[in-house]
Amino acid sequence: MKASAFDYARATSVAHALELLTAHGERAKVLAGGQSLLPAMNLRLMAPEFIVDIGELAELRGVTVKGDVLTIGALTRHADLLKSPEIAAHAPLLRDAVAHVAHPAIRNRGTIGGSLAQADPASELPACMLALDATIIARGPRGERRIAADEFFAGIYETALAPQELLIAVELPVQPKDSTHYFHEFARRHGDYAIVGLAAQALVRDGRFADLRLGFFAVGDRPLLARSAGELIDVAVTPAVLAEASSALDEELSPLEDQQATPAMRRHLAKVLLMRCVSSLLSRPDLCTGVSA
Amino acid sequence: MTAAVAISLSVNGELVEASVLPRLNLADFLREHLKLTGTHVGCEHGVCGACTVRVNGDIIRSCLMLAVQMHNAKVETIEGVSDSGEIADLQSAFRERNALQCGFCTPGMLMAAQDLLQQSPTPDREQIREHLSGNYCRCTGYQAIVDAIETTARARAGRSP
Amino acid sequence: MTSTSANPETLSALDRPNSYIGKTVPRPNLDRLMQGRGLYVSDIELPRMVHVVFVRSPHAHAKIIGIDASAAKQMPGVIAIVSGGELAAVITPWVGVLSHLKGMKSAPQNAIAIDRVCWQGEAVAAVVANSRAQGEDAAELVSVDYQELDAVTDMRTALDPTTAVIHASLGDNLAFERNHDAGTVDQALAESDEVIEAEFIFGRHTGVTLEPRAVVADWNAAEARLTIYQGSQAPHMVQNIAALHLGLKESQVRVVCKDVGGSFGIKVHIYADEMAAYALSKLLRRPVKFVADRVESFNTDIHARDHRCKGKIGVKRDGTITAFEIDDLTGIGPYSMYPRTSAIEANQVVNLVGGPYVTRNYRARARVVFQNKNVMCQYRAVGHPIACSVTEGLVDLAAMKIGMDPIEIRRRNLIADDAYPCASPSGLRFEQLSHHAALAKLVRMMDYDALRAEQSALRARNIHRGIGIASFIEVTNPSAAFYGVGGAKISSQDGVAVRLDAQGSVICQTSITEQGQGSESLTAQIVGSVLGVSMDRVRVILGDTDNTPYGGGTWASRGAGIGGEAALQATKVLRKNILDVAAAILQSTAGELDIVNNVVVTVVDGAPRIELSELARIVYFRPDTLPPGIQPELMATRHFVPREYPFAFTNGVQASWLDVDIDTGFVKLLKHWVVEDCGTIINPQLVDEQIRGGVVQGLGAALFEKCVYDERGQLTNANMADYLVPMSGEMPDIDVGHVVSPTLESELGAKGAGEAGTAGAAAAVTNAVNDALKPFGAIITEIPLTPQIILTALGRI
Repeated sequence: MKASAFDYARATSVAHALELLTAHGERAKVLAGGQSLLPAMNLRLMAPEFIVDIGELAELRGVTVKGDVLTIGALTRHADLLKSPEIAAHAPLLRDAVAHVAHPAIRNRGTIGGSLAQADPASELPACMLALDATIIARGPRGERRIAADEFFAGIYETALAPQELLIAVELPVQPKDSTHYFHEFARRHGDYAIVGLAAQALVRDGRFADLRLGFFAVGDRPLLARSAGELIDVAVTPAVLAEASSALDEELSPLEDQQATPAMRRHLAKVLLMRCVSSLLSRPDLCTGVSA
Repeated sequence: MTAAVAISLSVNGELVEASVLPRLNLADFLREHLKLTGTHVGCEHGVCGACTVRVNGDIIRSCLMLAVQMHNAKVETIEGVSDSGEIADLQSAFRERNALQCGFCTPGMLMAAQDLLQQSPTPDREQIREHLSGNYCRCTGYQAIVDAIETTARARAGRSP
Repeated sequence: MTSTSANPETLSALDRPNSYIGKTVPRPNLDRLMQGRGLYVSDIELPRMVHVVFVRSPHAHAKIIGIDASAAKQMPGVIAIVSGGELAAVITPWVGVLSHLKGMKSAPQNAIAIDRVCWQGEAVAAVVANSRAQGEDAAELVSVDYQELDAVTDMRTALDPTTAVIHASLGDNLAFERNHDAGTVDQALAESDEVIEAEFIFGRHTGVTLEPRAVVADWNAAEARLTIYQGSQAPHMVQNIAALHLGLKESQVRVVCKDVGGSFGIKVHIYADEMAAYALSKLLRRPVKFVADRVESFNTDIHARDHRCKGKIGVKRDGTITAFEIDDLTGIGPYSMYPRTSAIEANQVVNLVGGPYVTRNYRARARVVFQNKNVMCQYRAVGHPIACSVTEGLVDLAAMKIGMDPIEIRRRNLIADDAYPCASPSGLRFEQLSHHAALAKLVRMMDYDALRAEQSALRARNIHRGIGIASFIEVTNPSAAFYGVGGAKISSQDGVAVRLDAQGSVICQTSITEQGQGSESLTAQIVGSVLGVSMDRVRVILGDTDNTPYGGGTWASRGAGIGGEAALQATKVLRKNILDVAAAILQSTAGELDIVNNVVVTVVDGAPRIELSELARIVYFRPDTLPPGIQPELMATRHFVPREYPFAFTNGVQASWLDVDIDTGFVKLLKHWVVEDCGTIINPQLVDEQIRGGVVQGLGAALFEKCVYDERGQLTNANMADYLVPMSGEMPDIDVGHVVSPTLESELGAKGAGEAGTAGAAAAVTNAVNDALKPFGAIITEIPLTPQIILTALGRI
């Protein structure tokens, strides 16, 4: 199990990386953390002819806060997100999510940009981007583009990025102090891809949701920002309201079948997550009373 | 054309200059070029943890890094941390607890365990199990490994002021 | 928790001061493995060594119309590309049958397929190149023209007249059938108050040794000798078979087993691709290395446990179990594995079902059918988990039906501890088992009543936990009855040679092998104890057919019981020989002398008389000073094989405590307990760790592991991301306790412990899940117990 041969260039700047991508086009793959790309290459599921290694581009790494915008460089590693005080303070959802991503040795290499560009529908960070209302910043031969997270993910392993574009950073609005979040996923083992997961960000005022953004993952070909969350905003949440939201969620899902779960099971688990999430965010154990089909 | 690339790196404190094909991964570079065969290859797709080594102080899967990415890096393998005595106490705890059987996972397991103890000096059993959750052992059932790491953590905590 | 009771039978040679028997001592030579200085086959490099990569069939069943390797041959680094037909010039095909499995049949198998492939992953050509990567590059360019044939994939229809026959020469797809009928089953069932039936389904799974199978074969044409470096559990078996099929004498084949990265029965078989590597070395006259990559491992390492077993149990209202009946069906792939055959697992199921219980009424049928999937064969605890899950599942269903506690129904039906010797309903003879003592100990260890109270309290809070119990018996120390009587040249005896070196240290050569179980340690412990020397003076040599006595190796939990006894007997002879020489030197008699802590001492007062190093100096360098007529023999060899009982049965019981999330179907293992009886315990820590490791392999099967095939015979999860092995995060702590009933077949009294953990773990978990689901009326008899299966059983999806 050895990767096919390829040519390699270590980019020395973003501009250099873009030149390389322009020159080699679809023959090329960008190597960031490599934690998805290299397994695929070792298994010869992918055999790019050219690898553009952007790993040395220090300017793409790091977390900064300016005003009410949190900017995360594309090469910021999962391990960095986990330890970052800025993330803990302004987007703690991300910290909780990253703890579920693979294992320590993988988190030491895997990057946020890599994860988003990979767009695995079962991975955590894309759903977090939806829940956190992120903007993805891409740079290409014709300059920079800002893409709303819910327009970025286009399908299984598909994004709005063009082959000549590089994901540079993501921007997140700094979450208000009284904002709360919920993250959970159902995975067979620690660090496995989720069967179904949910990243949620909310504003709870007087026992009601003033805002609720529900980012589901592994429920379709791309992460889903559930519109059904709207049914829960600015209302007194009762079991009946929750049940209606749950039915509405069901309408939005188009889960896929794989070895871990049938679509029916994914629908069921998504509804369990919705219930547990709402119950947890509102501190209402009474809402968590078992889910029927 | 897949030209070899010159790299210069530190491996277990020694300067290594090499010319490597881009497709050569770090695990194979260590094993085949440097004959550091303590780094094991179990799955070659980043799941089993047998190839865990340290790069610039962080544990990583050496099957998921290319040798060419190691230019200017500092690489430490099981041979390095053994020879330096850094994990002698951990190894001793593994020996006393029989925390290895076939030993194939052990170098990676020790690298992961040492990484945990450096980050979190007094982990509980749950944390230990979680930190090792990417390192596969088919022989022991893990309990002896968790015990040995717990014992080492306690001993280290007792020694520090 | 570990406890051992003293063996009341005094073992003269072992019951000595400073004995290592029964003591936890660290295994020798662990530092090598912990410092990355082991030598696994994948680490071995030889001059002029080349790598073989196999082109493997993408189809489950297909005719090979043609192979075009012309483009591949032009690739950089390629040495040779060899087809099955070309390789047949140096290696003959084989048939995996044993004569004592009456009526068993299989077809000839080639090292590399000729004309036809019978499973996805079977090798169709070998690419030999200077590196693995170059070999893979070239293999992609080997063009094979296939004509797809109907694939037999569902074992349930494999025997239907409308199903294609995989090997026309065999007439049908039935490899083996066994029927057994003991007692009066129909009458017993008719007289039962309740008769419960269920079908038990087991996921096909595999060993996933962390080090894949690997071989370096080195044919030295000038010496006319083949050296095989391989992580085999049975080097002499490999020697015999390699010689037989390459047209060599056994003396021309040396098999060397260095460190082995896990085996569990995976590395005790003869694999076609390994045979091809031997043959390629002979053909190319240079060392050839084959290391299976992980995908190849999943596609070609033996699979196991693909069974569907219908079971029936009769029970009276007082809890008396009246009868067991089973109908087992298993699909083994297109060939029976060589030389142990793929019928043993089904045969074991028939042997073991109902084994712990008193009832003599037992009827069984087992059918073993061919299919176009990867081969199945013996993997750790062969047949045991199936037999145990069926038996213990039925016992729990019976208990549930009559409203009896699972512990109580077992108390009422397990064979009494004073009933031995006796025989099982399948006719197996038990020397001495301890089911009741083991169950009583388990109940104490887990505080059963308190756990039941906790379970009940939590249920009121909508938390659903379950307790599962599983009693089991375990086959260990197999005699020639296992394979030898069927014609396989697999030795059931083991040999040990032990000698004193010139500085008074001991070198011990044994035919058992080491894959981490502690063979080296237990041998050194026995030798040190019997001889009276410290373990640091004992060096153990194993895994080399040139340098060890002839013997079976390490498999079927035989190393300690058989190899250990050979070590004991050989060392007793050496001890006597040393004392004879010492008596001559010291002008004493052997009876007045002993060896304690490396020194010959006087028995009566323990006074030191001569250090072994001094004795050795005299013997080896100044024999002229010895009295006339003395010819010291400071080397002794003994062999051992059990003769009285075909197998040394052991027994035990396991319990699982777990939580089922009824909303999600996820199971969380909270705790696991095992009590087992392996006779004399040489090293408690090694036994406990065998048990724990075995349990976790069983837990993997219970919750996670399954080779998923599609209807066309494609293995769809042949990687470690999709095939789920148990990892540390999901595994519970496991408490282990012991009851000790030594076998009287040997002076050592040791039985095996390698299968026990795996034997009962899945049964305990399944019973615990059903216990947790009891309020919902859901019963599951299928493993792995995935969330999907649990939610389906609960009617939630």
